[in-house]
Amino acid sequence: MLSRESSATLMSAVTAFIYKEARLQDEHAYEAWEALWTDDGVYWVPANGDNIDPEKEMSIIYDNRSRISLRIKQLLTGKRHTQTPQSRLRRLVSNIELMDEQPDGDISVASNSLVFESSLRDDTIWAARNEYRLRHVDGELRMAYKKVMLVNNEKALFTLSFLI
Amino acid sequence: MNVVPRASQWGELIRPDRVHGSLYSDPAIFEAELQNIWYRTWVYVGHESEVPNANDYVVKSIGPQSVIMTRDEQGKVNLLLNRCSHRGNQVCSYDRGNARSFTCPFHSWTFANDGRLVGYAFPDGYEGQDKSKLALGQVTRVQSYRGFVFGSFAADGPTLEEHLGGATETIDRLVRFSPEGEVEITAGFLKHRVKANWKFILENECDGYHPAFVHSSIFGVADSAIGKLYGGASTAVTRDYGNGHTEIDLRPEFRKRDAPMSWFGTTEARLSDYTTRMKAAYGDQAAREIMIDGSPHVMIFPNLFIAEIQMFVIQPLAVDDSVQHVTALQFKGAPDMNRRLRQQTMGSVGPAGLLLADDSEMYERCHRGVLARSPEWIYLGRGEKRERHDDLGFKVGHVTDEVPSRGIWSHYRRLMEAV
Repeated sequence: MLSRESSATLMSAVTAFIYKEARLQDEHAYEAWEALWTDDGVYWVPANGDNIDPEKEMSIIYDNRSRISLRIKQLLTGKRHTQTPQSRLRRLVSNIELMDEQPDGDISVASNSLVFESSLRDDTIWAARNEYRLRHVDGELRMAYKKVMLVNNEKALFTLSFLI
Repeated sequence: MNVVPRASQWGELIRPDRVHGSLYSDPAIFEAELQNIWYRTWVYVGHESEVPNANDYVVKSIGPQSVIMTRDEQGKVNLLLNRCSHRGNQVCSYDRGNARSFTCPFHSWTFANDGRLVGYAFPDGYEGQDKSKLALGQVTRVQSYRGFVFGSFAADGPTLEEHLGGATETIDRLVRFSPEGEVEITAGFLKHRVKANWKFILENECDGYHPAFVHSSIFGVADSAIGKLYGGASTAVTRDYGNGHTEIDLRPEFRKRDAPMSWFGTTEARLSDYTTRMKAAYGDQAAREIMIDGSPHVMIFPNLFIAEIQMFVIQPLAVDDSVQHVTALQFKGAPDMNRRLRQQTMGSVGPAGLLLADDSEMYERCHRGVLARSPEWIYLGRGEKRERHDDLGFKVGHVTDEVPSRGIWSHYRRLMEAV
């Protein structure tokens, strides 16, 4: 159990991290966003509900660290047509909460987000519940896990090729 | 145009080497396609493995119509229309489940999972009514081939076997990747929506001209050998099986490589359990040949695309609105193979797929493009002068040639001209 003061300090650091992540995503700062990940990072966007087994069922994204890197490399080619031109994005992140501590010491955090995307096709709104596991690495917070539970993940979705 | 062409006029819009842009964008033509294609010919609906047990159901579609695929108590697969025979309310609101019956929430009419009306609320108001005349609607003909269930709303017409024709062999080839000879559809579907006409999707599936350009971003960074299959020097071929079915046959390239599982970017050693099971099932030599040749890349008209490792089902919702339902193929008795199939499928397809997000971008840009009225035509003449016939008499061309598009449009014209 953290003291009230250290809990507030942690909350403040976690909130700053999540706002920074949101800004890097909105501004397509691909390399800076990738640098937020730990070496064992998992980036998961489930389909057809929030609690499917990603080892058995299809997810929209279920990237291990090497596939996160591949996804970023593809975006960096400038020939990822669905992001050429890039979507214009702004997202609001709120309801940030520290959740139960993980047995391995990772910091468990949840938030809600609402993303406005403007692309060649149209304007699209994406809404999600996000779960993070954050970890201090060399004095800096890093993401070891991010799960994005889109509110409409049971429906047919338009292309989602920016970083959600 | 907004006026449906008469039978004699389709030839003005569909020429041997070009088709009119309005075929993709005219709402009246889309309505005519629903009647002449989607509600008449054989359409893929679902797979028997999605309803393995008695009373299982899964909600599928034929075009914009919601179809409930059920397995009844007797084990028979039924395709029921999701529309109460009373006032039209949808009787099923869940994607899948297990139910002996469906009760309409509006006035509590209850239907057995074979479609029979078994009861309604306050029956005294229906004195003398014959319940058997108020069953759920059904897809008129239901037939399956190796577990793939197709439906047709036409009471008469070609059998499923006649419709599949030359493409039947591609499904035979596919199921051999299971040591038990069966495909299973168990990994759930990604549903990827595009603001584009369904035929842009249909034609792209066996278009071997685009990968080098649309997918260069991933081929360049993923250390992938796929790019060369679609290069100018490739010996792979495009094929027109007739009835609108088309294929990209990559076997000539994989046979040159002569390396089992190279088609899937892996080796026998990395899938040792699978290799052992395949050899036990088919014998060393036949297993080796299967595993060298690779799984088929075939588009079964109008909506089932088997793309080596995954399966797409194309659903048209409106002239400019379509959904690609996609899942990893799973081969019965092949757990290590199936895991890789799921991982590779998740990476490449669906809304965030490293491949399909770019294809879908092309579909949407094409759709907006054809709204421009000059030039009026889509030009499909690539390789027309170098088409040839294979040993079985099917038209083939270079892997980058537009043999498949021409085959699709020639069949499309026949269907649209039929009254």
